[in-house]
Amino acid sequence: MSLIAVDPIEMGAPQVDGEPLSYLNDGHGLRSWLLTKDHKRIAILYLITVSTFFVIGGIFALLVRINLLSPNGVFDADTYNRLFTAHGIVMVFFFLVPAVPAILGNFLLPIMIGAKDLAFPKINLLSWYMYMLGATFGLIAIIAGGVDTGWTFYTPYSTSYSNSNVLLAGIGIFIVGFSSILTGLNFIVTTHTMRAPGMTWFRLPLFVWGQYATALVIMLATPVLAITVSLMALERIAHVGIFDPAMGGDPVLFQHMFWFYSHPAVYIMVLPAMGVVSELIANMSRKNVFGYKFVAMSSLAIAVFGFLVWGHHLFVSTQSVYLGLIFSFLSYAVAIPSAIKVFNWTATLYKGSISYDTPMLYGLGFIGLFLIGGMTGLYVAALGIDVHVTDTYFVIAHFHYVMVGGSLMGFLGGMHLWWGKMTGRQYPEYWARAAMVIQFVGFNLTFFPQFILGYLGMPRRYAAYPPEFQVLHVLSTAGASILGIGMLITIVYFIWSLKNGKRAPANPWGASGLEWRTSSPPPTENFYETPIVTWEAYEFAPIESMQVLGYPGDSSRSTQPVPKEHGTED
Amino acid sequence: MSEHIVSKKTYYTIFFALLVGTALTVAAAFVNLHNFNIVVALLIAAVKATLVILFFMHIKYSTRLTKLWVAVGFIWLFIMLSITLTDYLSRAWLVYKP
Ligand SMILES: [Cu+2]
Repeated sequence: MSLIAVDPIEMGAPQVDGEPLSYLNDGHGLRSWLLTKDHKRIAILYLITVSTFFVIGGIFALLVRINLLSPNGVFDADTYNRLFTAHGIVMVFFFLVPAVPAILGNFLLPIMIGAKDLAFPKINLLSWYMYMLGATFGLIAIIAGGVDTGWTFYTPYSTSYSNSNVLLAGIGIFIVGFSSILTGLNFIVTTHTMRAPGMTWFRLPLFVWGQYATALVIMLATPVLAITVSLMALERIAHVGIFDPAMGGDPVLFQHMFWFYSHPAVYIMVLPAMGVVSELIANMSRKNVFGYKFVAMSSLAIAVFGFLVWGHHLFVSTQSVYLGLIFSFLSYAVAIPSAIKVFNWTATLYKGSISYDTPMLYGLGFIGLFLIGGMTGLYVAALGIDVHVTDTYFVIAHFHYVMVGGSLMGFLGGMHLWWGKMTGRQYPEYWARAAMVIQFVGFNLTFFPQFILGYLGMPRRYAAYPPEFQVLHVLSTAGASILGIGMLITIVYFIWSLKNGKRAPANPWGASGLEWRTSSPPPTENFYETPIVTWEAYEFAPIESMQVLGYPGDSSRSTQPVPKEHGTED
Repeated sequence: MSEHIVSKKTYYTIFFALLVGTALTVAAAFVNLHNFNIVVALLIAAVKATLVILFFMHIKYSTRLTKLWVAVGFIWLFIMLSITLTDYLSRAWLVYKP
């Protein structure tokens, strides 16, 4: 259970230009990247493209907020429809769904289980090309004039009335769906078949459990998205009456099928981020996660029960009231495994050696914001209150607290924890903490007023509003600008650190987990010799041993009184 | 994960069975069975899909874990269809009295 100092040169790694051979300098040129089968390089390809879409989606968000500065709007209503649709489609399908699994999962899952690569490296590369193809269709749809249906594509508007680029966007989403199916398949097979000797299921890091549960949801839900989009295209092109009542169809059928994918899709976005948060909290407080098995199993419980709640999006869509009752009850039930996670993370902090470095700040930010996002989820899952807040800014605020406050915080926290591992360079800690605080303040200023707006009756997707709502809207736009500045700082120092950052040691955090027992950045085959796992997950060495290993750490930690047998006092 | 070699003969037999299924579907469409036309068509389609999954996709020769995964896929489809149909069944139960 001791931390092993990894000096790649000592371990016999060959050198390139005075640096140890790693996956980054093992092959040069565009060709070596675009045809790579290395899961780490594919993760970097995903990082570059998915981040680009995050910036594009962010620009659309700012345009939406600018429009809402004045009660009469800046853009005309039709343009506004296309702006918020573009924001939704880009952020959901091209950023949030692939963000954590395709970037952090691709990079870390094989290393964390002690494998050399994913089970199907070529399929992994194919998934990136599928993503690129689908994203290209999405971009063309937006550039060619956009889509005006909202990201939900509700029928019959999307099939019979809208004359925007519904088909192009639909094709893009269809293809991107297959990209995530391929990733999910790879993760499931890899976790089942490629664990290192001694790496039992209950020794897996909780990040791997999170990715595995996500992969389950991806495999079972995404095909339904493909079916739904295909039926939509069929009705739009061939006028087969499926959803449009004028042709004998039923529009509520579309909502059933769409949300059978899209509610579990919420868990595709947030479950992997929860896996990241378990790593952040455990490693930054140097303790085993409280109730490890409960946290692992709650991921699976969320994955399974998340499939049985989709009807809470149809409470006011003429869905049967009796079915609504059941869906409402089941939606409440899903809160239990989510609450298990939040309580267990909090309990993990108790008597831990807590560090307030950036990854931990994001971890704590996740807990607080996801708590608000999750609890307001219970408001909208209640039949009565939902009638009042359906399609208002209350719902917008609720899911942004889950998606931005949850998924994005988890993603950024993970990026900071593993940035040194991925690039070999550390990010500047001072700027990172500052950026995190700016983002946190900006985020709350953006979305908290929207809870109030929604409760007062401001409907979503409207380009104009009565003047009494203006104060809250201006506050929200101001918050969005602050959030945008915080994001910009993060992007700038990440890029800056690639050349100017301090060199990352193998284990800058004194963290547990196999990925910290290889060099930063890791060699192409991940390890110099196949690891044999003889320890449990999250066994931490006493803090003193970190200095022995040349832990560069911050002085605040080394001056703290060090408990003798760390983590065993209870 | 040892590869099971499937003989060419098996593939041709299954292919022939699928062709027969297609012919049956077309033939059944010309017989007026009222509501049961769709039932017959779906039954034949289900048999054909099962053959494809078992033989062309090698599920018959796969591990139990793979079989479990296939089963789970169908159970999930069943969940979606049955709960959605529950909506249509119980939608009209509530009678509003003005
Ligand atoms: Cu939902």
